[in-house]
Amino acid sequence: MGKEKIQINEEFWDIMPDDYKDLVTHSTYGKTDRGWKDVGSSTELIAEHSLCAGCPESIAFRHIMASIPAPEDTVMVGSTGCTSLVFPMVAVHNIHSLFGNQNAVATGLKRALNVRFPDKTKDVIVLAGDGATVDIGLDMTLQSWFRGEKFTTICFDNELYANTGGQESGLMQKGFVAKMAPVGKKFEKVRLPEIARESGCAYVAVLTTSKPSLVEKVVRQAVLIAREIGPTYLQIYTPCILEIGKQSMEGLQEMRDAESAGERFKFREYVTPEAQAFIDEVAAKKKAEKLASTSN
Amino acid sequence: MAGHEGNGMPQIGSANKKGQIITDPQELFFLSPRSQAFLTGSEVIKEAVKRASVDFSVAYPITPQSEASSLVGELYADGYVGDYMRGESEFAVMGECAGGAFGGARVFTTTAGPGTLRAFENFPMWAGSRLPIEVVFTVRGVNSPLSIQPDTLEIAFMLETGMLLWHAETAQDLFDYILKGYIVAEKPEVHLPIGVIVDGFFVTHTKDMVMMTPENRALPHYNPYASPVTCMDMESPPVRMMRDPFVMKSNYISYMTHASWQLEVRAAIERSRKHTIPLLDGLIEVENPDAEIMLVSSGTAVSQSREAIRLFRDQGVKVGLVKIKTIRPFPEQELKMALKNAKHIFVPEFNIAGWMAKEIKSILPDNERVVAGPHVAGGMTMPPEIIVEEIERSLALKGKKELIHG
Repeated sequence: MGKEKIQINEEFWDIMPDDYKDLVTHSTYGKTDRGWKDVGSSTELIAEHSLCAGCPESIAFRHIMASIPAPEDTVMVGSTGCTSLVFPMVAVHNIHSLFGNQNAVATGLKRALNVRFPDKTKDVIVLAGDGATVDIGLDMTLQSWFRGEKFTTICFDNELYANTGGQESGLMQKGFVAKMAPVGKKFEKVRLPEIARESGCAYVAVLTTSKPSLVEKVVRQAVLIAREIGPTYLQIYTPCILEIGKQSMEGLQEMRDAESAGERFKFREYVTPEAQAFIDEVAAKKKAEKLASTSN
Repeated sequence: MAGHEGNGMPQIGSANKKGQIITDPQELFFLSPRSQAFLTGSEVIKEAVKRASVDFSVAYPITPQSEASSLVGELYADGYVGDYMRGESEFAVMGECAGGAFGGARVFTTTAGPGTLRAFENFPMWAGSRLPIEVVFTVRGVNSPLSIQPDTLEIAFMLETGMLLWHAETAQDLFDYILKGYIVAEKPEVHLPIGVIVDGFFVTHTKDMVMMTPENRALPHYNPYASPVTCMDMESPPVRMMRDPFVMKSNYISYMTHASWQLEVRAAIERSRKHTIPLLDGLIEVENPDAEIMLVSSGTAVSQSREAIRLFRDQGVKVGLVKIKTIRPFPEQELKMALKNAKHIFVPEFNIAGWMAKEIKSILPDNERVVAGPHVAGGMTMPPEIIVEEIERSLALKGKKELIHG
């Protein structure tokens, strides 16, 4: 969709909501160098949200929205959870239907867009919590990877069910005492990144949202690889500060601790040789363009 | 509509990639020459889908729809269906169908019995999201111990999902309802999912004569930009909205939003009547309307009732019939009119619950006239003699034996 489709008829300008006016005047639609640095100036990314103060999920959400390569042709699929409080504020089309069926919905969506727009690139991105991705929706998460569906799955891993009040989830750490795990969780954190690698994902990355430049890099790569090669999976630690007993300002430190050496969110990625060749090609092209522009 | 032409979808009068001429629905249904074919119900599903300009179909094996959904796969391989896949479970299949419809595709799928119930959470979501997906339910038993046999109990679960529900009696109905169903379901003022119901085995696995529209003509494509809700394809401004508004708000505005949307879905079902009546020649069909004894039902129970009426006629007793074509919308006024002079109303059904009799009792005045039966279930057949016996026994109990042979 080009920027011309979001223009406001002059007669209606004075009655349009501010966030829509902002979308028209400041949106990063069509900008090839968009990224996390646009977060402060482009409120079309996420104008407001109703998550808790200091929630790392809200920060990750902003970083992701700033990093997707073509928001003007991106449709997102969510699931039930804290993210469903943010999606109504997001200026790309997004679907919420049921809890856990997000990868099934994304499968049908991506195929429908391929049938309807054979000559256009339409990116589909799933963004859901760990309960939706790993517990109730695991079958559909994995099956979409087995089938090689070309879209990106992003899991906001807060290691519990946050929206319902902090119950045990499959991605929770072993031993953690939570609702529905009254004597501590009895099994290990599910190793979904490794399962993703074995299930057909061309690119997998595990990270926190403490470094926006890293989020930007992996999100961009994941979407571009999904376009050209196959399914991609990102697992981002977005601790629920409320449920782990932290203060609003402590989220960042929690993420830094969790990504230090030997910790469970130490940055790691799995890239297939085909995906790596593609990344190298994109990088080489970018470098050549930069050289050409500086030599002119 | 703006945008749709730009997607390369052929318009009325032009040919699709298979050379089928896109044809105005009225012309296709009522003016184009029909040719006779002798086919199983599963083959009829294939032939209808071939003419329906379907963009996306999802299949999953479950008896008795496995053959039909495989045949749709053959249509895909031949280029008649835009995309096709095997899903991983009926819950996922219906999610995949939802994704396709959210993305502006015309979607077709089939399921049955336990598959219907496994998928169940999706159906009210489809209706609330206003997705005009068509699903053929080849109904079968849902009981334990496991049964694959014909049974219409699963329809009872579907009644309040917010979907349109049409019940085919014959292979001919099945062919027509599949095509006409899209035309009604996709009307902007309706825009709801539709279940075309057909009795498993009795119709799917038997051969019948069907009058088919020409093979080289197809329905116009679905236009997602005539939808009352936004098509999720990023071809329109991304208004900050979701299709489940106010999900987390606990206040009166939120409750009102949810309540009014549910009312709107039900109002949309009612608004489908004016489009359905001319296409199906009414929501009901009546035979011998002046008879004191009336048989009322839907699906193949109607065919068996027709045979029972013949047996009564041989005895010199006049018995009438009402065939219910649409279960949602429920033909309330039509039934009240058709049954206003009936003294005894029998509702033969292929299920243990007698849900159709309950539906009829709930709308008729003097509903002690309604006898919920005969019932068969679990795959039993319903020979017309059972219907005759039920009527004779019931009337004898009422002390009206003389009426039968009088």
